[in-house]
Amino acid sequence: MSSAAPTTSSNSDTDNIMLAARELFCARDDRVLFQNLNFDLAQGQVLQVQGSNGSGKTTLMRILCGLNDSYEGSIKWFGQEIEDQAASFFSSLLYIGHRVGVSKVLTPVENLRWSCSLKQAVSDEQIMVALREVGLRGFEESPCYTLSAGQQQRVSLARLIISPASLWVLDEPFTTLDTKGVAMLEKIMQRQAQAGGAVMVTTHHSLSIPQLTILSLG
Amino acid sequence: MAEKQTTTSAAFIATLKRDLLIAFKKKNDIVNPFMFFIIVVSLFPIGISPESDRLTEIAAGVIWISVLLASMLSMDNLYRSDYEDGSLEQLLLSPHPLFFLVLAKNISHWLVSGLPVVLVSPILAYMLALPTEAYGTLVLSLLLGTPIMSLVGSIAVALTVGLGSRGLILAVITLPMSVPVLIFGTLAVQSTLNSQSPVGYLSLMLVMLSVSVSLAPLASAAALKISVN
Repeated sequence: MSSAAPTTSSNSDTDNIMLAARELFCARDDRVLFQNLNFDLAQGQVLQVQGSNGSGKTTLMRILCGLNDSYEGSIKWFGQEIEDQAASFFSSLLYIGHRVGVSKVLTPVENLRWSCSLKQAVSDEQIMVALREVGLRGFEESPCYTLSAGQQQRVSLARLIISPASLWVLDEPFTTLDTKGVAMLEKIMQRQAQAGGAVMVTTHHSLSIPQLTILSLG
Repeated sequence: MAEKQTTTSAAFIATLKRDLLIAFKKKNDIVNPFMFFIIVVSLFPIGISPESDRLTEIAAGVIWISVLLASMLSMDNLYRSDYEDGSLEQLLLSPHPLFFLVLAKNISHWLVSGLPVVLVSPILAYMLALPTEAYGTLVLSLLLGTPIMSLVGSIAVALTVGLGSRGLILAVITLPMSVPVLIFGTLAVQSTLNSQSPVGYLSLMLVMLSVSVSLAPLASAAALKISVN
């Protein structure tokens, strides 16, 4: 049972609000996960969603991406309904969930070649650069089943570097990362915010990012 | 960023390539249903009778039913691993029409599971003493029929992919839907054996294939959305 106050970052005015959620309500099995939930996500903002286990963080993220439609309320993308501009919304969206979307039989390069080209044209060079940046130098051509969970997570995080998407929705991206990985991801998120993009992230870590706003559930 | 966005055809080709690549890396997913098909067909002469008169009579039916059963075995691979590793979510979040992406997956599935069966069918027809003049019809009917089974089966797989223990539910949903294909496929071969033209049956199968290609991916896409929800 929760209601969150509207959160606005210091630099937000109505023009650069990317995502506006109003009066969101979601119940699962007669249990209310959240109700009357309002928030705005502006360009240059990193919004951390906090809450205890089972408070509906993942559900909220999936609702925002359009993977879950069992909710009430309105979600607007630059002031318009998402259904009216689905193609533009989905090209600007990058979602990484609990299941990272990395096929175990393929190599990191093969995985990225597919998952990136669902959204934009990508060259092998870009993929190699991104894999190096996430610390997978030397693993480019190894099948992903030989990689550790953290390394597989890094394969999917390489998409953040390649993708020009302006909205990142990251569900627990830190779970399997080591301390270096956490620092790297924080840096990438900060870069995205500085470039005028927005990040929505669930995590129990305390992030050290200046553009951070916190939304608490539960 | 807009000018860098891929066209739908590029996304279609990327998906097709990826699925073929996965299929070739997981070889037993291709080989097992294929071997199953050959073994089931070879059991009939052993179990019923090696006399060519009797075998000729049942040849078309035996091959068609074995194709159905083998396609059941291979169907399960279509979305399962994508669902488990999260690739399916990425597919659903693509800005491109899901219709074409699902179609690419179906085509890739047919290329690795349906096509080999079609290609090997003349050899099995020879084993079942099917007269040579019916080979052409058999291959043609399988060529039209197996993609229908991939497309229609894909709907059932998409509907059940989120279920934890599925057991036989896939077969229970798909096999009844495959009955028309079975009827027309075997009738086409029978009519060639009776020196009649199989064109009527084959054109009906062509119609069924066209309808499946245009509608089944839509249904699969909707079913996938429900399963992921």
